[in-house]
Amino acid sequence: MTMNPPGVSGLLQVLLIAVLVVPAVGALVVALLPARSDRGSRLVATGFAAVTFVVSLALVLTPSQRDFGWFRYTATDAIPVVPFAEVDLAWVPRLGIDFHLGIDGISYPLVVLTALLTTLCCAYTVWKVPEGGSGRTLAALMLVLEVGILGTFLALDLVLFFIFFEVVLLPMYAVIAGWGGVRRREAARKFVLYTLFGSVLLLLGVITVVVAAGTADMLALAGGFGLSRTTQYVAFTLFAIAFAVKAPLWPLHTWLPDAHTEAPTVGSVILAGVLLKMGTYGLVRVGVGVAPEGAAAAGPVLGILAVAAILAGSLICLRQTELKRLIAYSSVGHMGFVLLGIATGTAAGIQAALIGNIAHGVITGLLFFLAGAIKDRGHTGDLADLGGLRETAPRLAGLLGFAAIASLGLPGLAGFWGEAFAVVAAIQRGSALWITLAVLAAVGGALTAVYFLRLLRRVTHGPATPAVTGFTAIARPEWLAWSPLILLTLVVGLVPALVLAASADPVAALTGALR
Amino acid sequence: MTADVLMPLLPGVPLLLGLAGLLLPPGENGGSKDKKGRRGAFLGITGAALALLITIVLLVVVDDPVQVSTTWVSFGDLHVTVGFALGPAALYVALAVSVVALCVQIYSVGYLHDDPRYAPYAAQVALFTGAMLLVVSANDLILLLVGWEVMGACSYLLIGHDRRLPEAPAAAVKAFVVTRVGDVGFLLGIAWLAVDAGTFQIDELLERTGVPTVALVLILAGVAGKSAQFPLHTWLPDAMAGPTPISALIHAATMVAAGVYVVFRLFPLFAQSPATLAVLGLMGAITLLLGALAATAQDDLKRVLAWSTVSQIGYMTSALAVGSPAAALFHLLTHAAFKALLFLAAGAIIHAVGTNLMSRMGGLRTQMPVTFWLFVVGLGALAGVPPLAGFWSKENVLVAAAHATEGDGPAPVWVAWVVWVAALLGVAITAWYATRLLLRTFFGHVRSRTEDWFVGFDDARYEVPPGPAHDPPRVMRWPLIVLGIPAALLGLAAFLPGFRTALELESPHLSVSIVAPLLLLIVGAGTSWWLWQTAPGVDPARALGRLQPLFAAGFHLDQVQDRLVVRPVRAFAQAVRLTDERVVDAAVEGTGTTTTRLGSALATAHRAALPRAAVAVFTGVLVLGLAAAIVGAAA
Repeated sequence: MTMNPPGVSGLLQVLLIAVLVVPAVGALVVALLPARSDRGSRLVATGFAAVTFVVSLALVLTPSQRDFGWFRYTATDAIPVVPFAEVDLAWVPRLGIDFHLGIDGISYPLVVLTALLTTLCCAYTVWKVPEGGSGRTLAALMLVLEVGILGTFLALDLVLFFIFFEVVLLPMYAVIAGWGGVRRREAARKFVLYTLFGSVLLLLGVITVVVAAGTADMLALAGGFGLSRTTQYVAFTLFAIAFAVKAPLWPLHTWLPDAHTEAPTVGSVILAGVLLKMGTYGLVRVGVGVAPEGAAAAGPVLGILAVAAILAGSLICLRQTELKRLIAYSSVGHMGFVLLGIATGTAAGIQAALIGNIAHGVITGLLFFLAGAIKDRGHTGDLADLGGLRETAPRLAGLLGFAAIASLGLPGLAGFWGEAFAVVAAIQRGSALWITLAVLAAVGGALTAVYFLRLLRRVTHGPATPAVTGFTAIARPEWLAWSPLILLTLVVGLVPALVLAASADPVAALTGALR
Repeated sequence: MTADVLMPLLPGVPLLLGLAGLLLPPGENGGSKDKKGRRGAFLGITGAALALLITIVLLVVVDDPVQVSTTWVSFGDLHVTVGFALGPAALYVALAVSVVALCVQIYSVGYLHDDPRYAPYAAQVALFTGAMLLVVSANDLILLLVGWEVMGACSYLLIGHDRRLPEAPAAAVKAFVVTRVGDVGFLLGIAWLAVDAGTFQIDELLERTGVPTVALVLILAGVAGKSAQFPLHTWLPDAMAGPTPISALIHAATMVAAGVYVVFRLFPLFAQSPATLAVLGLMGAITLLLGALAATAQDDLKRVLAWSTVSQIGYMTSALAVGSPAAALFHLLTHAAFKALLFLAAGAIIHAVGTNLMSRMGGLRTQMPVTFWLFVVGLGALAGVPPLAGFWSKENVLVAAAHATEGDGPAPVWVAWVVWVAALLGVAITAWYATRLLLRTFFGHVRSRTEDWFVGFDDARYEVPPGPAHDPPRVMRWPLIVLGIPAALLGLAAFLPGFRTALELESPHLSVSIVAPLLLLIVGAGTSWWLWQTAPGVDPARALGRLQPLFAAGFHLDQVQDRLVVRPVRAFAQAVRLTDERVVDAAVEGTGTTTTRLGSALATAHRAALPRAAVAVFTGVLVLGLAAAIVGAAA
């Protein structure tokens, strides 16, 4: 039975399904290809990923007949969330669970980013397979990962959301445990157990909401759906902890540095680039969307923790001695800004969080690519052994400088908008607590500059150390994988509307329910 | 209409050419480096020349302030715009910026002729220029912030450019970090202003009344960072590690001028808040004296000039504090001319003698006559010798301060008194160190390069052509001469009605008020000269006695900063890292190991031989049976 949501053209629905089916089929095909054609299968995987990327672009660029004056019945009189493309198939009708997918102004940047990063990582794998296993399996795993991540961003049914959220877990475990560094097993185990703990809470939250509301439809649930205050509080607490583990929010972050340090380059890129975003996206879509009263009540606590994450992340980075570990901890700080934006519960704050999500994905993805390139060439990530990179590899040093400066939030580049407007949103809240949080977050921003400059001074300046001598030039596939990220860093910085243009209405719908 | 198109191009052209320049190969590969350097130089010079051209066209076209804007992005109900607004005053600043930038680009071709990474250097200078022009022309606080911060990043890159100087990377980091600390306040300040007013657009903000004082004071923090005002001035003297043309750029036209310009731009808001003006005035007066005193005892030629910048920017902020933005802007313009001249001329000397230290110079007057006369003009303008540029603008500042002591300005009277006294004292000190610099560098006997000469020689070992020092080559000489003209004559522009109305400057009136500064000028210069006469060849700063090392070290404020900020932050960071590893992470790991141990304990308990297992099963059966019987009996 097809419940054709009115106003959505068939083409858009096909595209919406295709964006999940293509990588899933791709993963299957790649896994079934004979093991001897390893390189060929990696190329096939890249092809599937690229097609997915094109489909995701088409999905966003195809004009929808739904304008935003579209009316949909909701339980409250708030503005409804109207996705511009939607598919709704009955799945388990007796439990009220549908196969309900949709894309709107909040999710589309993340969908496109996921498809792009997967394509880049697959292409990178064609050129270089990290030690540990076959490249074919790695490529297939990345396509499975992509299905899970895209599904999470597209799901409009709570149970479906949970399932996709879980799909991601095991392939990521396998990527870290199979192709990682020396201590990969411990890191992978920590990652999987920690996030599984979060998933249990998420499941509890989902069950609480579905049982109380009698439906799992996130559109119907948006705005609270008349859930009682207590239910919302309980549900939001469960959701918040579950997503805080994924995001990660201090003090639930300690799986991240280990996972990042040990994961292969492509794993780190996917992990930082889009996997962490499942947490912040979930917090916006599910946490704030389904339990707005809970979100409003928990706002100050979340805000305090977010600022603690910003400060702790940057202070730890200041004393960090390993390249990838430093970038991993910088993620803790950056995600702190995103969470601060969400915690404010204002439209400006949530929009800041959305663009902060994308910017962090692009910039940190680039940083991990660069860190991987340096570690592969120098065989060390120890800051004490690296030095004088600009003497031996000026291009690589220049790119590292660019990425670092973008990451510290230079206005005009992507990282600026999310961080600055998280601070603005906190000031908008106006009370003494929020102003204090804004000040501390801004101080954290300055500390970010300090540790990135310390990193650059160690790695790029001064006389060249033995570790950085004899670096090979940047290879063509590397340029191919990096240049989209470099361009996006600049373009999102200059044209932030690319990410935020369609977000105003859905965000207004979310925050409207907060008031 | 023309203006609408040209305004975005004013910052846009140098920024785009700068970005394009960054794409050029860095030019490390021996043979082809010359050509690549030339392409970079071409882009840089074109960018600055086009900016200058656009400014001139705009100056001709624009009579009244013009503006153009379009929405950039919206966050909630806050709209950020890409908006530009230029009035005549802003255009004069843009003119100063583009002239200095063009001179610096051309001069650099000669100064860094053997630099293997010229292309990125020229591109970064172009970005720097474009960013400053963005600050000058922006009509939106966020757009202004973009230019403001890009400048910070460019200063970082350029100060760290010289790979021969071991201290350059540290100085670069310091410049970025110290200004960034100020920018914490700046960001919070503009966020506060915008949230309060519901807009980021400057023209709308300026119409508001009752602006929160906190926001303005926070903005002052950013201004103090960028414009090197006490207590955030410490980065500027160290920034001397950058190539000399960069010093000229930072000190004359960009970066340090940006802070003063922003206060000028937002002055209607500042004028409403006497408390903020009091803070600004105190900051300005302290900086003015601190910079001037520190300049008296430096041995490094560039450091004297750097501290003199700190002091002169103090004059500008003081003028703003006593309610005379026009005087501040006038001084900004004349200062741009003479300080660019002084730095570029200093670069010529450093190139010729191969050192920064004045104790290794002397007698250059005969060897470098052109440079000497240009230096005389520049130092005369700096000290305020009539009729050179600095005299008129400094006079304006002094008159404004004197007026404000009568209590009819926006600033409190006591602030005006503090500023006025400090500014007068500053005149004497400036004259003193300017004379000292001139005497030690150009007079006395020539120091030959004996073995002895190299002792303690730790600045850059520039390769110096053999033979006596000589004036710079043409490509470096012409920019100097071009800058010499405004350094000498710009002050007289105060007599032009058009220029005066553009800046809203009062007409110059040569009354008794000039007697005091002129007397102080003579006292300062005379003392220095008399000390030199009594002991030729000896540093007049020796007369400072025990104060000399204190002044030379800039009142040890670096150490204070190190003790009060840097070390505590570092220690705190270490503590946080340890907490993270030993408490937060250990708790997680602990949960894991505890669970594993519990599991293995249980596993061991279950691992039993048959007899014991049988006994256990039977015991279990017995207990359960008993329980069932008791429960059954009770029922």
